[in-house]
Amino acid sequence: MNRKSAVWLLVPAFMGVLVFTFFPLIEIAIPTFQNRNGFFLLYAQFLKSSYNWQVIGRTFLIAFVTVMIVLILGLPISLWIGRQKTAVRQVLNLLILFPMLTNAVVRNFAWIIILGHDGIINKFLLALHLIKSPLDILYTDAAIIIGSVYLFLPIMINSLVGSVAELNVEIEEAAAILGSNPWHTLFKVVIPQLAPGILTGCILVFAGSMTAYTTPQILGGNRHLVLSTLIYQQAMTLGNWKNASVIALILIIISAFSMWIMRRVSHHLDRRPSNA
Amino acid sequence: MLDRRNKTLTTISILILALIMLPLVLVVITSFNNESSISLPIKGFTFSWYANIFQEPDFITGFETSLVVALIASGLALLIGIPAVYALTRYHLQHASWFQSFFLSPTLIPEIVIGFALYQAVVINLRTPVFISLIIGHFLLCLPYVIRLITASMLLMDSHIEEAGWICGCSPQKGFFLIVLPNIKTSIIAAFMMCFINSFNNIPISLFMNGPSITMLPPAILNYLQNNYDPTVSAISVLLMVFTALMMFLVEKAIGIKKITE
Repeated sequence: MNRKSAVWLLVPAFMGVLVFTFFPLIEIAIPTFQNRNGFFLLYAQFLKSSYNWQVIGRTFLIAFVTVMIVLILGLPISLWIGRQKTAVRQVLNLLILFPMLTNAVVRNFAWIIILGHDGIINKFLLALHLIKSPLDILYTDAAIIIGSVYLFLPIMINSLVGSVAELNVEIEEAAAILGSNPWHTLFKVVIPQLAPGILTGCILVFAGSMTAYTTPQILGGNRHLVLSTLIYQQAMTLGNWKNASVIALILIIISAFSMWIMRRVSHHLDRRPSNA
Repeated sequence: MLDRRNKTLTTISILILALIMLPLVLVVITSFNNESSISLPIKGFTFSWYANIFQEPDFITGFETSLVVALIASGLALLIGIPAVYALTRYHLQHASWFQSFFLSPTLIPEIVIGFALYQAVVINLRTPVFISLIIGHFLLCLPYVIRLITASMLLMDSHIEEAGWICGCSPQKGFFLIVLPNIKTSIIAAFMMCFINSFNNIPISLFMNGPSITMLPPAILNYLQNNYDPTVSAISVLLMVFTALMMFLVEKAIGIKKITE
Protein backbone atom coordinates (compact mmCIF):
# COMPACT_ATOMS: atom_id res chain seq x y z
CA MET A 1 0.00 0.00 0.00
CA ASN A 2 1.33 3.40 -0.85
CA ARG A 3 0.75 6.69 0.90
CA LYS A 4 -2.16 7.60 -1.30
CA SER A 5 -4.18 4.64 -0.12
CA ALA A 6 -3.15 5.45 3.45
CA VAL A 7 -4.90 8.78 3.07
CA TRP A 8 -8.13 6.91 2.32
CA LEU A 9 -7.92 5.25 5.71
CA LEU A 10 -8.02 8.71 7.27
CA VAL A 11 -10.95 10.03 5.27
CA PRO A 12 -13.88 8.48 7.20
CA ALA A 13 -12.62 9.66 10.61
CA PHE A 14 -11.68 13.06 9.19
CA MET A 15 -15.07 13.57 7.56
CA GLY A 16 -16.88 12.31 10.65
CA VAL A 17 -15.27 14.89 12.91
CA LEU A 18 -15.43 17.67 10.33
CA VAL A 19 -19.05 17.16 9.32
CA PHE A 20 -20.47 16.39 12.73
CA THR A 21 -18.35 18.51 15.07
CA PHE A 22 -17.17 21.54 13.13
CA PHE A 23 -19.95 22.09 10.60
CA PRO A 24 -22.67 22.10 13.30
CA LEU A 25 -20.60 24.56 15.34
CA ILE A 26 -20.23 26.84 12.33
CA GLU A 27 -23.92 26.42 11.62
CA ILE A 28 -24.92 27.58 15.09
CA ALA A 29 -22.28 30.33 15.07
CA ILE A 30 -23.28 32.07 11.82
CA PRO A 31 -26.77 33.27 12.85
CA THR A 32 -25.37 34.81 16.03
CA PHE A 33 -23.36 37.27 13.93
CA GLN A 34 -26.11 38.16 11.45
CA ASN A 35 -27.53 41.41 12.76
CA ARG A 36 -28.34 44.63 11.03
CA ASN A 37 -27.12 46.63 13.98
CA GLY A 38 -23.72 45.06 14.42
CA PHE A 39 -21.64 41.96 14.18
CA PHE A 40 -21.35 41.27 17.89
CA LEU A 41 -24.71 42.71 18.94
CA LEU A 42 -26.04 39.50 20.52
CA TYR A 43 -22.81 38.99 22.42
CA ALA A 44 -22.83 42.58 23.65
CA GLN A 45 -26.43 42.15 24.76
CA PHE A 46 -25.60 38.93 26.58
CA LEU A 47 -22.66 40.49 28.37
CA LYS A 48 -24.66 43.57 29.35
CA SER A 49 -26.91 41.66 31.69
CA SER A 50 -25.72 41.40 35.27
CA TYR A 51 -27.65 38.14 35.63
CA ASN A 52 -25.52 36.56 32.90
CA TRP A 53 -22.35 37.76 34.58
CA GLN A 54 -23.60 36.10 37.73
CA VAL A 55 -23.94 32.85 35.79
CA ILE A 56 -20.45 33.21 34.30
CA GLY A 57 -19.03 34.03 37.72
CA ARG A 58 -20.77 31.03 39.28
CA THR A 59 -19.44 28.75 36.52
CA PHE A 60 -15.87 29.88 37.26
CA LEU A 61 -16.29 29.84 41.03
CA ILE A 62 -17.64 26.27 41.04
CA ALA A 63 -14.85 25.01 38.78
CA PHE A 64 -12.16 26.78 40.82
CA VAL A 65 -13.36 25.71 44.28
CA THR A 66 -13.97 22.16 42.99
CA VAL A 67 -10.39 21.87 41.73
CA MET A 68 -9.00 23.14 45.03
CA ILE A 69 -11.03 20.73 47.18
CA VAL A 70 -10.43 17.80 44.83
CA LEU A 71 -6.69 18.48 45.03
CA ILE A 72 -6.65 18.77 48.83
CA LEU A 73 -8.64 15.54 49.25
CA GLY A 74 -7.02 13.70 46.35
CA LEU A 75 -3.37 14.20 47.25
CA PRO A 76 -3.24 12.39 50.64
CA ILE A 77 -5.34 9.42 49.53
CA SER A 78 -3.31 9.07 46.32
CA LEU A 79 -0.08 9.02 48.35
CA TRP A 80 -1.59 6.37 50.59
CA ILE A 81 -2.99 4.19 47.78
CA GLY A 82 0.12 4.57 45.63
CA ARG A 83 2.28 3.20 48.42
CA GLN A 84 0.28 0.14 49.34
CA LYS A 85 1.47 -3.35 48.46
CA THR A 86 0.40 -4.30 44.94
CA ALA A 87 -2.51 -6.54 46.00
CA VAL A 88 -4.02 -3.93 48.34
CA ARG A 89 -3.46 -1.21 45.75
CA GLN A 90 -5.37 -3.17 43.13
CA VAL A 91 -8.38 -3.50 45.42
CA LEU A 92 -8.29 0.20 46.31
CA ASN A 93 -7.99 1.12 42.63
CA LEU A 94 -11.15 -0.86 41.96
CA LEU A 95 -12.95 1.04 44.73
CA ILE A 96 -11.90 4.34 43.11
CA LEU A 97 -12.75 3.15 39.61
CA PHE A 98 -16.24 1.96 40.53
CA PRO A 99 -17.73 5.42 41.19
CA MET A 100 -15.86 6.76 38.13
CA LEU A 101 -17.70 4.32 35.88
CA THR A 102 -21.07 4.69 37.63
CA ASN A 103 -23.63 6.95 36.00
CA ALA A 104 -23.40 10.61 37.04
CA VAL A 105 -27.16 10.73 37.69
CA VAL A 106 -26.73 8.04 40.34
CA ARG A 107 -23.78 9.81 41.95
CA ASN A 108 -25.56 13.16 42.09
CA PHE A 109 -28.81 11.61 43.25
CA ALA A 110 -26.94 10.17 46.26
CA TRP A 111 -26.27 13.72 47.41
CA ILE A 112 -29.95 14.63 47.30
CA ILE A 113 -30.42 11.94 49.96
CA ILE A 114 -27.68 13.54 52.04
CA LEU A 115 -28.25 17.27 51.50
CA GLY A 116 -32.02 17.55 51.05
CA HIS A 117 -34.51 19.06 53.52
CA ASP A 118 -35.40 15.55 54.58
CA GLY A 119 -31.78 14.45 54.15
CA ILE A 120 -29.33 12.91 56.55
CA ILE A 121 -27.47 16.10 57.47
CA ASN A 122 -30.65 17.99 58.33
CA LYS A 123 -32.12 15.04 60.25
CA PHE A 124 -28.93 14.69 62.20
CA LEU A 125 -28.69 18.38 63.09
CA LEU A 126 -32.40 18.50 64.00
CA ALA A 127 -32.04 15.45 66.24
CA LEU A 128 -29.18 17.14 68.04
CA HIS A 129 -31.31 20.32 68.39
CA LEU A 130 -28.54 22.30 66.74
CA ILE A 131 -31.03 23.79 64.26
CA LYS A 132 -34.78 24.45 64.55
CA SER A 133 -35.73 24.14 60.90
CA PRO A 134 -33.98 22.28 58.05
CA LEU A 135 -31.12 24.14 56.38
CA ASP A 136 -31.25 24.91 52.67
CA ILE A 137 -28.19 23.04 51.50
CA LEU A 138 -29.61 21.42 48.39
CA TYR A 139 -30.13 23.71 45.38
CA THR A 140 -27.28 26.05 46.32
CA ASP A 141 -23.84 26.73 44.83
CA ALA A 142 -22.40 24.73 47.72
CA ALA A 143 -24.45 21.70 46.71
CA ILE A 144 -23.14 21.96 43.13
CA ILE A 145 -19.57 22.17 44.46
CA ILE A 146 -20.08 19.14 46.72
CA GLY A 147 -21.55 17.17 43.82
CA SER A 148 -18.73 18.21 41.47
CA VAL A 149 -16.08 17.28 44.03
CA TYR A 150 -17.71 13.89 44.39
CA LEU A 151 -17.85 13.47 40.63
CA PHE A 152 -14.26 14.46 39.91
CA LEU A 153 -12.33 13.26 42.98
CA PRO A 154 -11.91 9.71 41.60
CA ILE A 155 -10.52 11.14 38.35
CA MET A 156 -7.89 13.13 40.26
CA ILE A 157 -6.98 10.13 42.44
CA ASN A 158 -6.75 7.90 39.40
CA SER A 159 -4.39 10.29 37.64
CA LEU A 160 -2.22 10.79 40.77
CA VAL A 161 -1.88 7.18 42.01
CA GLY A 162 0.15 6.24 38.94
CA SER A 163 2.65 9.07 39.49
CA VAL A 164 2.91 8.28 43.22
CA ALA A 165 3.74 4.65 42.49
CA GLU A 166 6.64 5.81 40.33
CA LEU A 167 8.20 8.00 43.03
CA ASN A 168 11.54 6.88 44.38
CA VAL A 169 11.14 6.55 48.15
CA GLU A 170 14.90 6.78 48.64
CA ILE A 171 14.82 10.47 47.75
CA GLU A 172 12.48 11.10 50.68
CA GLU A 173 14.64 8.96 52.94
CA ALA A 174 17.61 11.06 51.90
CA ALA A 175 15.67 14.23 52.77
CA ALA A 176 14.76 12.77 56.17
CA ILE A 177 18.38 11.81 56.89
CA LEU A 178 19.41 15.36 56.03
CA GLY A 179 17.02 16.62 58.71
CA SER A 180 13.86 17.44 56.76
CA ASN A 181 10.61 16.96 58.72
CA PRO A 182 7.69 15.12 57.03
CA TRP A 183 5.80 18.34 56.16
CA HIS A 184 8.88 19.91 54.66
CA THR A 185 9.54 16.71 52.71
CA LEU A 186 5.96 16.68 51.45
CA PHE A 187 6.07 20.22 50.10
CA LYS A 188 9.70 20.40 48.97
CA VAL A 189 10.33 16.85 47.79
CA VAL A 190 7.12 14.90 47.11
CA ILE A 191 4.79 17.51 45.62
CA PRO A 192 7.37 18.96 43.20
CA GLN A 193 7.96 15.46 41.84
CA LEU A 194 4.21 14.96 41.43
CA ALA A 195 3.69 18.38 39.80
CA PRO A 196 3.09 17.10 36.25
CA GLY A 197 0.42 14.63 37.45
CA ILE A 198 -1.17 17.22 39.73
CA LEU A 199 -1.37 19.77 36.92
CA THR A 200 -2.83 17.28 34.44
CA GLY A 201 -5.42 16.29 37.02
CA CYS A 202 -6.27 19.92 37.76
CA ILE A 203 -6.79 20.74 34.07
CA LEU A 204 -9.06 17.69 33.65
CA VAL A 205 -11.12 18.54 36.72
CA PHE A 206 -11.35 22.26 35.95
CA ALA A 207 -12.50 21.74 32.37
CA GLY A 208 -14.83 18.95 33.44
CA SER A 209 -16.56 20.79 36.26
CA MET A 210 -16.79 23.97 34.23
CA THR A 211 -18.71 22.31 31.42
CA ALA A 212 -20.60 19.64 33.41
CA TYR A 213 -24.34 19.60 32.95
CA THR A 214 -25.74 16.86 35.17
CA THR A 215 -24.47 18.08 38.54
CA PRO A 216 -25.71 21.69 38.35
CA GLN A 217 -28.95 20.39 36.88
CA ILE A 218 -29.64 17.93 39.70
CA LEU A 219 -28.09 19.73 42.68
CA GLY A 220 -28.38 23.38 41.63
CA GLY A 221 -32.03 23.59 40.71
CA ASN A 222 -33.50 26.32 38.54
CA ARG A 223 -32.19 29.31 40.40
CA HIS A 224 -28.50 28.39 40.41
CA LEU A 225 -27.73 28.15 36.72
CA VAL A 226 -24.28 27.76 35.24
CA LEU A 227 -23.43 28.25 31.56
CA SER A 228 -24.18 24.65 30.59
CA THR A 229 -27.60 24.56 32.27
CA LEU A 230 -28.34 28.03 30.88
CA ILE A 231 -27.73 26.72 27.33
CA TYR A 232 -30.22 23.93 27.87
CA GLN A 233 -32.79 26.23 29.46
CA GLN A 234 -32.53 28.80 26.66
CA ALA A 235 -32.74 26.17 23.93
CA MET A 236 -35.22 23.62 25.21
CA THR A 237 -37.34 25.46 27.78
CA LEU A 238 -37.48 28.95 26.27
CA GLY A 239 -36.91 28.01 22.63
CA ASN A 240 -34.45 30.85 22.23
CA TRP A 241 -32.03 29.14 19.85
CA LYS A 242 -29.91 32.16 19.01
CA ASN A 243 -29.32 32.98 22.63
CA ALA A 244 -28.43 29.36 23.35
CA SER A 245 -25.92 29.48 20.47
CA VAL A 246 -24.37 32.66 21.85
CA ILE A 247 -23.91 31.02 25.25
CA ALA A 248 -22.59 27.82 23.66
CA LEU A 249 -19.88 29.77 21.85
CA ILE A 250 -19.04 31.76 24.98
CA LEU A 251 -18.70 28.48 26.92
CA ILE A 252 -16.37 27.05 24.26
CA ILE A 253 -14.21 30.18 24.29
CA ILE A 254 -14.08 30.41 28.08
CA SER A 255 -13.25 26.73 28.59
CA ALA A 256 -10.66 26.64 25.79
CA PHE A 257 -9.06 29.83 27.09
CA SER A 258 -8.95 28.52 30.68
CA MET A 259 -7.35 25.27 29.55
CA TRP A 260 -4.80 27.18 27.49
CA ILE A 261 -3.90 29.36 30.50
CA MET A 262 -3.61 26.32 32.75
CA ARG A 263 -1.38 24.55 30.22
CA ARG A 264 0.85 27.64 30.02
CA VAL A 265 1.06 27.82 33.81
CA SER A 266 1.81 24.11 34.05
CA HIS A 267 4.64 24.39 31.51
CA HIS A 268 5.98 27.29 33.50
CA LEU A 269 5.81 25.41 36.82
CA ASP A 270 7.06 22.12 35.43
CA ARG A 271 10.80 22.49 35.76
CA ARG A 272 11.82 19.06 34.60
CA PRO A 273 14.68 19.24 32.09
CA SER A 274 12.64 17.55 29.32
CA ASN A 275 10.26 20.48 29.25
CA ALA A 276 12.85 23.20 29.54
CA MET B 1 7.87 9.37 56.38
CA LEU B 2 4.75 9.52 54.27
CA ASP B 3 3.94 5.94 53.46
CA ARG B 4 1.23 3.42 54.22
CA ARG B 5 2.47 3.02 57.80
CA ASN B 6 1.98 6.72 58.59
CA LYS B 7 -1.02 6.83 60.96
CA THR B 8 -2.24 10.35 60.14
CA LEU B 9 -2.12 9.67 56.42
CA THR B 10 -3.92 6.34 56.87
CA THR B 11 -6.70 7.92 58.97
CA ILE B 12 -7.26 10.77 56.52
CA SER B 13 -7.22 8.41 53.55
CA ILE B 14 -9.72 5.98 55.07
CA LEU B 15 -12.04 8.90 55.85
CA ILE B 16 -11.83 10.11 52.24
CA LEU B 17 -12.42 6.58 50.99
CA ALA B 18 -15.50 6.36 53.23
CA LEU B 19 -16.68 9.68 51.79
CA ILE B 20 -16.38 8.16 48.31
CA MET B 21 -18.18 4.92 49.12
CA LEU B 22 -20.80 6.04 51.65
CA PRO B 23 -23.15 7.99 49.34
CA LEU B 24 -23.47 4.95 47.09
CA VAL B 25 -24.14 2.70 50.09
CA LEU B 26 -26.92 5.09 51.17
CA VAL B 27 -28.53 4.77 47.75
CA VAL B 28 -28.56 0.99 48.14
CA ILE B 29 -30.15 1.23 51.61
CA THR B 30 -32.90 3.64 50.53
CA SER B 31 -33.87 1.36 47.65
CA PHE B 32 -35.28 -1.15 50.17
CA ASN B 33 -37.35 1.37 52.14
CA ASN B 34 -41.06 0.55 52.38
CA GLU B 35 -42.01 4.22 52.72
CA SER B 36 -43.00 6.14 49.63
CA SER B 37 -40.35 8.84 49.99
CA ILE B 38 -36.59 8.54 49.95
CA SER B 39 -35.46 8.85 53.56
CA LEU B 40 -33.14 7.40 56.12
CA PRO B 41 -33.19 5.52 58.42
CA ILE B 42 -35.53 3.13 56.63
CA LYS B 43 -38.65 1.94 58.46
CA GLY B 44 -39.18 -1.43 56.81
CA PHE B 45 -37.89 -3.66 54.09
CA THR B 46 -39.38 -4.19 50.64
CA PHE B 47 -38.42 -5.16 47.11
CA SER B 48 -41.44 -3.40 45.61
CA TRP B 49 -39.44 -0.44 44.22
CA TYR B 50 -37.48 -2.86 42.09
CA ALA B 51 -40.77 -4.23 40.75
CA ASN B 52 -41.83 -0.62 40.16
CA ILE B 53 -38.95 -0.10 37.71
CA PHE B 54 -40.64 -2.50 35.33
CA GLN B 55 -43.86 -0.48 35.52
CA GLU B 56 -42.01 2.48 33.97
CA PRO B 57 -41.89 1.96 30.19
CA ASP B 58 -39.29 4.74 29.85
CA PHE B 59 -36.83 2.77 31.96
CA ILE B 60 -37.24 -0.44 29.98
CA THR B 61 -37.14 1.05 26.49
CA GLY B 62 -34.54 3.56 27.71
CA PHE B 63 -32.26 0.75 28.78
CA GLU B 64 -32.69 -1.02 25.44
CA THR B 65 -32.04 2.14 23.42
CA SER B 66 -29.03 3.12 25.52
CA LEU B 67 -27.60 -0.37 25.10
CA VAL B 68 -28.12 -0.45 21.33
CA VAL B 69 -26.79 3.09 20.79
CA ALA B 70 -23.72 2.38 22.94
CA LEU B 71 -22.97 -0.85 21.05
CA ILE B 72 -23.38 0.68 17.59
CA ALA B 73 -21.50 3.89 18.41
CA SER B 74 -18.60 1.98 20.00
CA GLY B 75 -18.41 -0.43 17.08
CA LEU B 76 -18.52 2.42 14.57
CA ALA B 77 -15.80 4.34 16.42
CA LEU B 78 -13.54 1.26 16.28
CA LEU B 79 -14.35 0.62 12.61
CA ILE B 80 -13.49 4.19 11.62
CA GLY B 81 -10.85 4.92 14.26
CA ILE B 82 -8.55 1.89 13.87
CA PRO B 83 -7.81 2.44 10.13
CA ALA B 84 -7.14 6.13 10.84
CA VAL B 85 -4.71 5.28 13.64
CA TYR B 86 -3.06 2.67 11.42
CA ALA B 87 -2.49 5.25 8.70
CA LEU B 88 -1.17 7.81 11.18
CA THR B 89 1.25 5.47 12.94
CA ARG B 90 2.56 3.40 9.99
CA TYR B 91 2.84 5.70 6.97
CA HIS B 92 4.90 8.64 8.27
CA LEU B 93 2.39 11.02 6.73
CA GLN B 94 2.92 14.73 6.73
CA HIS B 95 0.90 16.57 9.40
CA ALA B 96 0.27 13.28 11.23
CA SER B 97 0.24 15.04 14.61
CA TRP B 98 -2.20 17.63 13.28
CA PHE B 99 -4.61 14.85 12.31
CA GLN B 100 -4.12 13.25 15.70
CA SER B 101 -5.18 16.50 17.44
CA PHE B 102 -8.04 16.93 15.01
CA PHE B 103 -9.43 13.49 15.86
CA LEU B 104 -9.16 14.28 19.58
CA SER B 105 -10.74 17.72 19.17
CA PRO B 106 -14.32 16.65 20.06
CA THR B 107 -13.08 16.26 23.66
CA LEU B 108 -12.28 19.99 23.74
CA ILE B 109 -15.87 20.95 22.96
CA PRO B 110 -18.19 20.76 26.00
CA GLU B 111 -20.55 17.80 25.57
CA ILE B 112 -23.60 19.97 26.14
CA VAL B 113 -22.49 22.13 23.18
CA ILE B 114 -21.92 19.07 20.96
CA GLY B 115 -25.42 17.89 21.83
CA PHE B 116 -26.98 21.29 21.19
CA ALA B 117 -25.12 21.93 17.91
CA LEU B 118 -25.88 18.43 16.59
CA TYR B 119 -29.52 18.79 17.51
CA GLN B 120 -29.82 22.01 15.60
CA ALA B 121 -27.68 21.11 12.59
CA VAL B 122 -28.54 17.45 12.16
CA VAL B 123 -31.98 16.88 13.67
CA ILE B 124 -33.66 20.22 12.93
CA ASN B 125 -31.93 21.42 9.76
CA LEU B 126 -31.14 18.13 8.02
CA ARG B 127 -34.19 16.32 9.43
CA THR B 128 -32.06 13.31 10.28
CA PRO B 129 -33.96 10.73 12.36
CA VAL B 130 -33.30 11.11 16.07
CA PHE B 131 -31.86 7.60 16.35
CA ILE B 132 -29.23 8.24 13.65
CA SER B 133 -28.36 11.56 15.30
CA LEU B 134 -27.88 9.79 18.62
CA ILE B 135 -25.48 7.36 16.98
CA ILE B 136 -23.55 10.28 15.44
CA GLY B 137 -23.32 12.13 18.76
CA HIS B 138 -22.19 9.05 20.64
CA PHE B 139 -19.72 8.21 17.87
CA LEU B 140 -18.07 11.61 18.44
CA LEU B 141 -17.94 10.81 22.14
CA CYS B 142 -16.27 7.45 21.47
CA LEU B 143 -13.78 8.27 18.69
CA PRO B 144 -11.21 10.05 20.94
CA TYR B 145 -10.99 7.00 23.24
CA VAL B 146 -10.30 4.76 20.23
CA ILE B 147 -7.70 7.14 18.82
CA ARG B 148 -5.89 7.52 22.14
CA LEU B 149 -5.84 3.87 23.27
CA ILE B 150 -5.14 2.32 19.85
CA THR B 151 -2.40 4.85 19.04
CA ALA B 152 -0.62 3.96 22.28
CA SER B 153 -0.58 0.26 21.48
CA MET B 154 0.27 0.72 17.79
CA LEU B 155 3.33 2.69 18.85
CA LEU B 156 4.31 -0.07 21.25
CA MET B 157 3.93 -2.79 18.63
CA ASP B 158 7.12 -3.58 16.75
CA SER B 159 6.45 -2.73 13.09
CA HIS B 160 9.14 -5.19 12.03
CA ILE B 161 6.77 -8.06 12.82
CA GLU B 162 4.42 -6.79 10.14
CA GLU B 163 7.25 -6.15 7.70
CA ALA B 164 8.49 -9.71 8.25
CA GLY B 165 5.04 -10.89 7.21
CA TRP B 166 5.18 -8.83 4.00
CA ILE B 167 8.62 -10.22 3.15
CA CYS B 168 7.25 -13.73 3.56
CA GLY B 169 4.60 -12.92 0.96
CA CYS B 170 1.75 -11.72 3.10
CA SER B 171 -0.36 -9.00 1.47
CA PRO B 172 -0.75 -5.71 3.41
CA GLN B 173 -4.46 -6.41 3.91
CA LYS B 174 -3.84 -9.91 5.16
CA GLY B 175 -1.00 -8.60 7.33
CA PHE B 176 -3.32 -6.06 8.91
CA PHE B 177 -5.89 -8.67 9.85
CA LEU B 178 -3.55 -11.53 10.78
CA ILE B 179 -0.66 -9.63 12.35
CA VAL B 180 -1.66 -6.11 13.42
CA LEU B 181 -5.15 -6.72 14.82
CA PRO B 182 -4.17 -9.70 17.00
CA ASN B 183 -1.25 -7.69 18.37
CA ILE B 184 -3.43 -4.76 19.44
CA LYS B 185 -6.34 -6.97 20.56
CA THR B 186 -6.09 -5.91 24.21
CA SER B 187 -6.31 -2.22 23.46
CA ILE B 188 -9.20 -2.80 21.06
CA ILE B 189 -11.13 -4.44 23.90
CA ALA B 190 -10.10 -1.66 26.28
CA ALA B 191 -11.20 1.02 23.80
CA PHE B 192 -14.48 -0.74 23.19
CA MET B 193 -15.22 -0.95 26.92
CA MET B 194 -14.37 2.71 27.52
CA CYS B 195 -16.54 3.74 24.56
CA PHE B 196 -19.39 1.56 25.67
CA ILE B 197 -19.38 2.70 29.31
CA ASN B 198 -19.06 6.40 28.45
CA SER B 199 -21.71 6.24 25.79
CA PHE B 200 -24.08 4.30 28.02
CA ASN B 201 -23.63 6.80 30.87
CA ASN B 202 -23.74 9.95 28.74
CA ILE B 203 -26.34 12.59 29.51
CA PRO B 204 -25.60 15.93 27.79
CA ILE B 205 -25.63 14.57 24.23
CA SER B 206 -28.55 12.18 24.75
CA LEU B 207 -30.57 14.90 26.45
CA PHE B 208 -31.04 16.95 23.30
CA MET B 209 -31.83 13.98 21.13
CA ASN B 210 -34.69 12.62 23.20
CA GLY B 211 -37.37 12.51 20.57
CA PRO B 212 -40.99 11.69 21.29
CA SER B 213 -40.37 8.09 20.24
CA ILE B 214 -36.86 7.65 21.64
CA THR B 215 -35.76 7.69 25.25
CA MET B 216 -32.31 7.00 26.62
CA LEU B 217 -31.96 5.61 30.13
CA PRO B 218 -29.95 8.37 31.91
CA PRO B 219 -32.25 11.19 30.72
CA ALA B 220 -35.25 9.02 31.63
CA ILE B 221 -33.95 8.68 35.20
CA LEU B 222 -33.19 12.41 35.34
CA ASN B 223 -36.70 13.12 34.14
CA TYR B 224 -38.27 10.73 36.66
CA LEU B 225 -36.21 12.26 39.46
CA GLN B 226 -37.50 15.73 38.62
CA ASN B 227 -41.14 14.65 38.73
CA ASN B 228 -41.19 12.00 41.46
CA TYR B 229 -39.25 11.50 44.63
CA ASP B 230 -39.71 7.87 45.50
CA PRO B 231 -37.25 4.98 46.00
CA THR B 232 -37.75 3.77 42.42
CA VAL B 233 -34.81 6.06 41.58
CA SER B 234 -32.75 4.33 44.27
CA ALA B 235 -33.71 0.94 42.91
CA ILE B 236 -32.77 1.72 39.32
CA SER B 237 -29.57 3.34 40.61
CA VAL B 238 -28.70 0.07 42.33
CA LEU B 239 -29.33 -1.84 39.11
CA LEU B 240 -27.03 0.57 37.27
CA MET B 241 -24.35 0.02 39.93
CA VAL B 242 -24.70 -3.74 39.49
CA PHE B 243 -24.38 -3.17 35.75
CA THR B 244 -21.17 -1.14 36.29
CA ALA B 245 -19.76 -3.83 38.57
CA LEU B 246 -20.58 -6.46 35.95
CA MET B 247 -18.78 -4.45 33.26
CA MET B 248 -15.74 -4.07 35.51
CA PHE B 249 -15.75 -7.80 36.17
CA LEU B 250 -15.88 -8.54 32.44
CA VAL B 251 -13.01 -6.13 31.73
CA GLU B 252 -10.96 -7.64 34.53
CA LYS B 253 -11.53 -11.17 33.19
CA ALA B 254 -10.84 -10.21 29.57
CA ILE B 255 -7.83 -7.89 29.77
CA GLY B 256 -7.28 -6.73 33.36
CA ILE B 257 -8.96 -3.57 34.56
CA LYS B 258 -5.68 -1.61 34.64
CA LYS B 259 -5.70 -1.41 30.84
CA ILE B 260 -8.65 0.95 30.65
CA THR B 261 -7.38 3.50 33.16
CA GLU B 262 -4.00 4.13 31.61
